[in-house]
Amino acid sequence: MGSIIEVRDLVTVFDDNIVHDGLHLTINEGEIYGLLGPSGCGKSTLMREMVMLQKFQGGDIEIFGQSLATISPKESQALYQKWGVLFQAGALFTSLNLYENIALALREYTDLSENMIRDIVKFKLSIVGLKQSDAFLYPSQMSGGMKKKGALARALSMDPKLLFLDEPTSGLDPISAREFDSLILKLRSLLGLSIVMVSHDLRSIYDTLDRLAVIDDKKIAYEGTLDMIEREKSEFIQRFFKGKI
Amino acid sequence: MQRSELKIVEKEQELVLRFVGELDLYALTEYEKRIAKVQMVPKRVIIDLLELRFLDTAAALFLLQIEQGFLSEDVCVAFRIKKQSLQETLHLVKSYTTSKKQLPQKSKKTALGLLGDSVWKNYRGFLDFLAFLGLLFYAKLQYLLSYKSIRYKEILFEMNESAIKALFIVSVTSFLIGVVVAYQSAYQLKIYGANIFIVDMLGLSILRELSPLITAIIIAGRSGSAYTAQIGAMKITEELDAMRTMGFDPFRFLVMPRIIALMIMMPVLIFISDMMALFGGMIVSSTYLDISSTLFIERFSTVIDIKHFFVGIVKGPFFGFLIASIAIHRGLRVQNDTQSIGINTTKSVVESIFAVIVCDAIFSIFFTNLGI
Repeated sequence: MGSIIEVRDLVTVFDDNIVHDGLHLTINEGEIYGLLGPSGCGKSTLMREMVMLQKFQGGDIEIFGQSLATISPKESQALYQKWGVLFQAGALFTSLNLYENIALALREYTDLSENMIRDIVKFKLSIVGLKQSDAFLYPSQMSGGMKKKGALARALSMDPKLLFLDEPTSGLDPISAREFDSLILKLRSLLGLSIVMVSHDLRSIYDTLDRLAVIDDKKIAYEGTLDMIEREKSEFIQRFFKGKI
Repeated sequence: MQRSELKIVEKEQELVLRFVGELDLYALTEYEKRIAKVQMVPKRVIIDLLELRFLDTAAALFLLQIEQGFLSEDVCVAFRIKKQSLQETLHLVKSYTTSKKQLPQKSKKTALGLLGDSVWKNYRGFLDFLAFLGLLFYAKLQYLLSYKSIRYKEILFEMNESAIKALFIVSVTSFLIGVVVAYQSAYQLKIYGANIFIVDMLGLSILRELSPLITAIIIAGRSGSAYTAQIGAMKITEELDAMRTMGFDPFRFLVMPRIIALMIMMPVLIFISDMMALFGGMIVSSTYLDISSTLFIERFSTVIDIKHFFVGIVKGPFFGFLIASIAIHRGLRVQNDTQSIGINTTKSVVESIFAVIVCDAIFSIFFTNLGI
């Protein structure tokens, strides 16, 4: 089981505000990896850097053995097709309906026939637990939970090996949140995904994560499994986890 | 709705402030005034809360302020409290106000500092626009290199949305402009008996200047603002980010189709505008100056050179490019708040109209020097 993402000595600076000061972490293939930390610690920023939405000032991130610091436009284009990203509010394209949203990447990147695309879209819809009749709704007609599931289906449309989730359960009611957790676990075992997620939801952290990294005070405060975390001395970890346990 | 009462009792050297009922923040201002009016200088102040049933935190803060005020004048203050809950409220408020720390002051800037800030911000904005243009030309180059990546469907869609659907308003406005210009000059020309020159005047001014400018202004206000708002909203909902992570370059999918659509359609719109404005002028000429439409057209074909028509049309793609690129750039600069969509849409319209007029002035000088 090799590593799929490696972050080394990562430095991020906004104007005169240092966000990350030498981050190190390794994400292995096939695991569900969580990025945690107090709000404003830069975990979403780290995720945005991993998916090349934001530049970093020092160090390197390696994904699928590809260094992001020196990546060429052509290589990044290849990388874009190997992962799926689920944004916090879904970010479905509002001018397209759900079906077109899911089919978009397939139409752009492949020369599959329309029949084949329709079957793929139907499969993705059912695997995330959406009804076939939802396919022709526009994002404005869907509830928050549906949007997230739809966006997940879109993220999965190209059968990526790697999935990024930005606070997948935020804004969902507790029942939908638990459903989403089990959906993530199911997808991992069905499709053999590696998943990186930012989360605040303790239940979902305990239910889904294999390993996690806690970012606090510009550094990694902890990296490892959940069992070991209680021994950590960091103030954030104590407050965040001890309250619950 | 007064639910509390203040009884002020003055005894020799003692001042008793007796609060009765439910003391809340609505009554505080009045009590403050009444207490301030007390003339005597007491040695001892008793704040009597024995008959008070309820105290909110603002009122507790008020009581503590009274206490502080008297204490600083070396008057001793005593509270009379029976009820536990009142005591707790007072205690709570006291424990959270003990820190004397001032709220951090916003550092005030001098006029010069503010001026510097805004100059710096505008400078950065300008650099940002240049960077945007650079990316745009890079995207354009790629476009030309691989004709397969041209998004014909989007271009046609945008042509329909931002130009075909604007045909009506452009036509009507141009027609009215033609009527107005003809009408205004007809009066003057009539005085000199130079009626026929209305054709020269209208032909030159409409074909060369008026039509391109009117069209550009309408399109900037109608389609440019729509571009900014659309792209800005897409930025707020993270749709642009989603596109990028899927490997769809927004420049290829959103920016280029819009720019190309406007560059193609502006000359067409200007042509329509020419026709409509001249038609308006012709109607006025025939009703007001007795120049029949046959005469108008005959005169037109002899005095107005075809180059004047082309001077107007050539401006089209340039205006279209300016409007679309400024509008899209503004859209991409929208921050993560709703207000910034409004601000950027306004700026997009103002800036593109300004840019169009500057560009028109440059063209004027250019053409004049070339003798066209």
